[in-house]
Amino acid sequence: MNALLNIIKNFPKYLWSGWGAVSSIFLFITLWEFGFQQYGELVLPSPQSTFHTLWTMLHTDSIMQDVHITVKRAMWGFIISAGLGSFLGMLAGLFVTASIMSRPIITILMGMPPIAWIVLAMIWFGTGDNTVIFTVVVASFPIVFVGALQGTHTLEGDLKDMSDSFKAPLLMKFTDVYFPHIFSYIFPAWIAALGMSWKIVVMAELLSTPDGIGAALAVTRSHLDTAGALALVTIMIGFLLFIEYVFMEPIKREVEQWRN
Amino acid sequence: MAELDAELHVQHLSHSFGPHEILRDISFNLKEGHVISVVGPSGGGKTTLLHLCAGFLDVEEGKVTNTFNKHAFAFQETRLLPWQTTLDNIAFGLKAQGMRKQQRYHLATEIALRFGLEKKDLSKFPKDLSGGMRQRVSFARALVIEPQLLFLDEPFSALDIGLKQELQQILIQLISDGRLTVFFITHDLMEAVRLSDQIIVLDVDPGRVAHTFTIEKPQQERDDAYVYAETAKLLANPVIIKTFELSIASSRNKPDKGAAA
Repeated sequence: MNALLNIIKNFPKYLWSGWGAVSSIFLFITLWEFGFQQYGELVLPSPQSTFHTLWTMLHTDSIMQDVHITVKRAMWGFIISAGLGSFLGMLAGLFVTASIMSRPIITILMGMPPIAWIVLAMIWFGTGDNTVIFTVVVASFPIVFVGALQGTHTLEGDLKDMSDSFKAPLLMKFTDVYFPHIFSYIFPAWIAALGMSWKIVVMAELLSTPDGIGAALAVTRSHLDTAGALALVTIMIGFLLFIEYVFMEPIKREVEQWRN
Repeated sequence: MAELDAELHVQHLSHSFGPHEILRDISFNLKEGHVISVVGPSGGGKTTLLHLCAGFLDVEEGKVTNTFNKHAFAFQETRLLPWQTTLDNIAFGLKAQGMRKQQRYHLATEIALRFGLEKKDLSKFPKDLSGGMRQRVSFARALVIEPQLLFLDEPFSALDIGLKQELQQILIQLISDGRLTVFFITHDLMEAVRLSDQIIVLDVDPGRVAHTFTIEKPQQERDDAYVYAETAKLLANPVIIKTFELSIASSRNKPDKGAAA
């Protein structure tokens, strides 16, 4: 509860510290404008026409529906992979044999290109939510799994002895000693998995579903609507920046302020 | 009355890690209100003995009987929880006892201030504290639960001389008040002479009691001159010379400078 209050209290200060990030985004838009002036509207539409298309797009019902569908799929995929990865990773970290045995499997999962999973998922689940969610889970799960595994694997015996010396009850040992350590590994893994989920969901939708931002992107490609494609990309990036910097980063700063 | 009879009784304690024998036939009796220190060269099994007495290791051979109601442990490397503030770290043992937040914070603040920490330090994380301050927090954490028996693992070895004296004075006060019994290991003979009623010298390979020295004078009456003189006497003792493999000439010429063997 205190942590939540601190996050809210520090939020305006945190937002104010974002001017540096805003200026670098403006610099990027300047380069984009420069690219437009070099190559023309068809190859790289101007930021102005892209934002205009975006504005018009945001006032249509269909795009809002697509955004809603994509967010729903990404979130389900993320929640399943975060839950499953955290639980199994922590479990594997407790046993040396399990952590040794799981390593090659994780390497295989991480090494397998998501596009191959999409093809397999389409054969298994057809076109629809399940294919997309499955692909997201398969791509994000190893990241969380490895984070959780390292978290439990690196638990310090010294701190356990210390808590034993004070006869700390099991629940307190978990909340005060084990959990903060494991969380410091899992949380960054969740952030990485969230970014991965968002990228994979659009790719999976582009190839396997008739709806969602990915599918809308496929339509703009077929119409050679570069401004429309860039507007959709802007929506995706906007969402990612919003989730990462408005939600995740303040939480991360609060829960990890004890780190050097 | 049961509290008066509390003791840490070690009988014929031996311990091995695999084929490697660490301790052989250790026996001593620590009575309430007394201080026993164990000195000896590094690798002699001092820490293993301490861990066996504190219950961190299972006793394989011999017997350890601890009838003190409450004991605490102060570690050489402090072992503070890096994600908790100074206040929460000090209050850790009180929380483990189930004490309410307000009360444990009150007691933790009180002891922190007594140990020379400032109010602003209480909300800091260990990373923002100096080594000496971390050691104070570790001591405060151990003492705030008002243990009957305190285990110390070379607690002063990383401290500057001022802080070392300060913490030792706090301990001596508690011992003199009859509120504390201490079992500690050290490689510093002067430290042992200053604080102990009994000094057990542990020989190496395997660790075994080479000799036990007894100091009768109460801790509060031991001034620097007495500590230096007693340490010099110890350093001239053949058991100490043999156990620490001291050069006889240097131990005769510079007794007080060679105290930390």
